[in-house]
Amino acid sequence: MSSTAETIQKKTEATNGANVSLWLRQISAILRLELKKNFFGKRSLLVYLLAMMPIGLLIMVETINPLGRETAQLPTVFSIFYNSLILRTVVFFGCAWIFMNLFRGEIVDRSLHYYFLSSVRREVLVTGKYVSGLLTSVILFSTVTVVCMLIVFFSHFYSSSTRFFFDGPGFSQLFWYVAITILACVGYGAFFLVVGLFVRNPIIPALMLYGWEWINFLLPPLLKKISVIHYLNSLVPVPVSEGPFAVVAEPTPAWISIPGLLIVTALVLILAGTRIHRMEIRYGSD
Amino acid sequence: MTETSSELIVFENVSKFYGEILGVNRVSLEVPAGITSLVGPNGAGKTTLMNLMCGLLRPTRGEVTVLGIPTDQPERLFRKVGYCSQFDSFPRGLTGREFISAFLMVSGYPRREADELTEAALNRVELLPAADRKIGAYSKGMRQRVRLAQSIAHQPSVLILDEPLNGLDPMVRAETIALFKQLAADGLHLIISSHILHEVDMMSDRVVLLNNGYVVAEGEIQGVRDDMDIEHPVQVLIRCNRPAALAAQMFGKTEVIEARLHDDRQGLFVKTRNPDQFYLSLNEVVAQGEISVESIAPVDDDLSAVYDYLIGAQ
Repeated sequence: MSSTAETIQKKTEATNGANVSLWLRQISAILRLELKKNFFGKRSLLVYLLAMMPIGLLIMVETINPLGRETAQLPTVFSIFYNSLILRTVVFFGCAWIFMNLFRGEIVDRSLHYYFLSSVRREVLVTGKYVSGLLTSVILFSTVTVVCMLIVFFSHFYSSSTRFFFDGPGFSQLFWYVAITILACVGYGAFFLVVGLFVRNPIIPALMLYGWEWINFLLPPLLKKISVIHYLNSLVPVPVSEGPFAVVAEPTPAWISIPGLLIVTALVLILAGTRIHRMEIRYGSD
Repeated sequence: MTETSSELIVFENVSKFYGEILGVNRVSLEVPAGITSLVGPNGAGKTTLMNLMCGLLRPTRGEVTVLGIPTDQPERLFRKVGYCSQFDSFPRGLTGREFISAFLMVSGYPRREADELTEAALNRVELLPAADRKIGAYSKGMRQRVRLAQSIAHQPSVLILDEPLNGLDPMVRAETIALFKQLAADGLHLIISSHILHEVDMMSDRVVLLNNGYVVAEGEIQGVRDDMDIEHPVQVLIRCNRPAALAAQMFGKTEVIEARLHDDRQGLFVKTRNPDQFYLSLNEVVAQGEISVESIAPVDDDLSAVYDYLIGAQ
């Protein structure tokens, strides 16, 4: 085209030698675009509403009728609240919305082809998009987890809660709840990213997984292990009873559940990379 | 001098089926540098062929290489290829400048370089004054130009343009054609799809004619168009603020054989047997500043007749 073009191409070819640095630069460019969309796009409104739900609910309940009557009850109260509302509902559906829209949303908007027409490996694109979804969900839902725990403890029992956090297991429990939230985002995120790539209507598989995760307590020990929630529950700092019909199974130790979840996530992302490598842009049929 | 496959765009017996629907069938082509136009009626397979060249589609059979690069390696392919597609959609919330710069950085360009290339591309399509406005607020012609700028920003060796003149006003249309000619003179491969045969004649070095997914002819069609002009007038739809006033002016031109208002009273259909003269006349009218033209688009009515004529002439 011109001497400038040749210079740029030569420079680019020179950069190809340092692939990792090129990929990191590309991932950071994808992150900039995607984070802006994830946090400020029209689709983010639903995630904000979802994230505000447990906080709003807690503020309302604590104003009218406090959840715990004494400090000793509060860890159990929060564990139940976290497990049933934050983890199983807010984080689950929040991740579903964020990660499915990474690709499906762009197919609906007919703008995915701009990424496909860029000089970037599609596997790098998957990584960039996944990391953007992960950052978004981790920032939002970790904040929700921390704020909810603080509301439960500090709204009525300030001095005993201060002791619980500074002289007791408070901070350690908070750390584990945040860690579980992050791991949930990692695991559910990878699943929903792939679902968004493979399935035209991702709501159905999302609801199927939701149902599977909810009936997990009824499943025999072997089937329990084919779920994300089983490994996350194993990490909960304050275990709670799952009811009289629950099939009791040994919790998986953290040294197995955390690397296990990460390995499965990596495999799912490799599957996503394979899928996107063969993906075509045919908006009409989507 | 014979060109090697690293200098050509090569289709080797390529077929593409969408389920049982034919996209293109048994296409074997070698496209050299210069301007090559893909011409054919809607559904002929032009966009399919372009999407195959860019790897947006994968061939059901056969192989496509662009300057020796397989189309399933986007990281190499799009260092050399730019594609201005027909999809009139953009990532939400971006300005024209952000849009071009962001995707240059996705390609791996450092910010400063990306900003410089963005500036140059916007300047080339004369969109600098609107560069910092949201694309959502652009007119159709501006959106077309920002897509064009995005496709040329990284200074590719192969430029693929799907109906690139749609929605452009006469002045910008003429400037864009001049830009294409300049790029071709610089040694680029330009593949342009169009169903405005008059424009194809004006800018193409060679033409590939497609019909129902098959290549029915390729090569130079210089002279054929002149013959067609006599028998097949070109019809154009002009969207403007005062179509009745434009009709009154157009009636007086000898090259115009029919001018008729659109049903919605916001456009004018004009038939002409001398498109060159017609576009000159239209430019003169627009230059007077009393009529503001929003877009000019070909009307497809006569295209099948044109193709019957072309295919019959084989």
